[in-house]
Amino acid sequence: MMEKSRRSFLKVAGIAAIGLGAAPAMTFSASDSHGTAQAVKGKNHETLTAHRWGMVIDTNKLNEEVAANIVKACHKAHNVPDFNHEVDEDKFPNTRPVNHKQEVKWIWEEEFHNAFPDKEDEFLAEKFKHLPFLATCNHCKNAPCVKACPTQATFKRADGIVLMDFHRCIGCRFCMAACPYGSRSFNFRDPRPFIGEVVPEFPTRTKGVVEKCNLCAERLARGKQPHCVEASEGAIVVGDLEDPESEVRVLLNENYSIRRKQALGTEPSVYYVV
Amino acid sequence: MNKNTIIAGLVIFVIAVLTPVWFNMVTTTQAAPEPVLSAKAKEAKKCVLDKYEMRANHMSLLDEWRDSVVRDADRLYTAENGHTFNMSLSTGENSCLGCHEDKEKFCDSCHTYASVDPYCWECHTTPKEIQ
Repeated sequence: MMEKSRRSFLKVAGIAAIGLGAAPAMTFSASDSHGTAQAVKGKNHETLTAHRWGMVIDTNKLNEEVAANIVKACHKAHNVPDFNHEVDEDKFPNTRPVNHKQEVKWIWEEEFHNAFPDKEDEFLAEKFKHLPFLATCNHCKNAPCVKACPTQATFKRADGIVLMDFHRCIGCRFCMAACPYGSRSFNFRDPRPFIGEVVPEFPTRTKGVVEKCNLCAERLARGKQPHCVEASEGAIVVGDLEDPESEVRVLLNENYSIRRKQALGTEPSVYYVV
Repeated sequence: MNKNTIIAGLVIFVIAVLTPVWFNMVTTTQAAPEPVLSAKAKEAKKCVLDKYEMRANHMSLLDEWRDSVVRDADRLYTAENGHTFNMSLSTGENSCLGCHEDKEKFCDSCHTYASVDPYCWECHTTPKEIQ
């Protein structure tokens, strides 16, 4: 009586096999049905947005003093090292001497004939020889640095800002070779000994990464204008280039403006009103 | 004839094999340190994820946050528990360090014990460090 026929054994085995197969599906549907609320990521409500960020620099409103203030404000806020800063020997003992060719800069004063080598005419208006021209990252529409970066540490955001993910930079410096504007600096050494007062709102960089202007993406996200705009006393305006009503477009409409090395086809987003 | 030598050899072998046990009996072992919660963190009670998930997966969460902030410009994170956090390691009230104020006691104690050396602080700063 206890003896099992092959038939009944196969029946039981078949049912068991179905049960095994159904188990994962059942646990899956079970976990799905009582699923907790998903985490959501979002932007700050005060975030400033644009289709394509751009900058207009009115060179007539710039003078040495204002230009120096702008550079200072930007570099201080972003913890950009100043290699003329005297190193605190207690905090950073045995700091090796500085090589001043290895400067780091996000925005800097440039002479006209260096900033605009293709516009250096024989009888150029005298004023251009003395005006300080502020050069920075042009946040190009066709940014060559973005194409050169092998790790996509440099990338173009949907709103036109050419941004760097410092975490991802491997320090190959292809971007520096690719950038026709010299807007990028490499950290040949730990920058911390050369930062006078570290601003906690922004990280410093580390040895071996490239850095450049980020159009104050961290400030735009909090609804604030970039540091250079605030320090410029009206000489620099940042806004949406794609919006015909925006302040930058109105300025560009009313004034004659030039861009750096336009012939290269990088389509810079920084315009100079001259 | 070799009975004694064999037994002696076995005894030596057993002693040698059990060296780790003897070693542990002689030396004291250290228990894994508990991260010290700051008063603020204690009061808040709720972190982004629950305690055990946070312990196991905080590095993945930070990685996700970093991509989100840098690449997508999304800076607010509303967690499953309904609380909203500022996706930042060290800036502002609502960031990681805004609540877990003491990096030495909170981050470093475990990292040192586990002998992991994350490079967050080569760039990110703590308010303490600046002073």
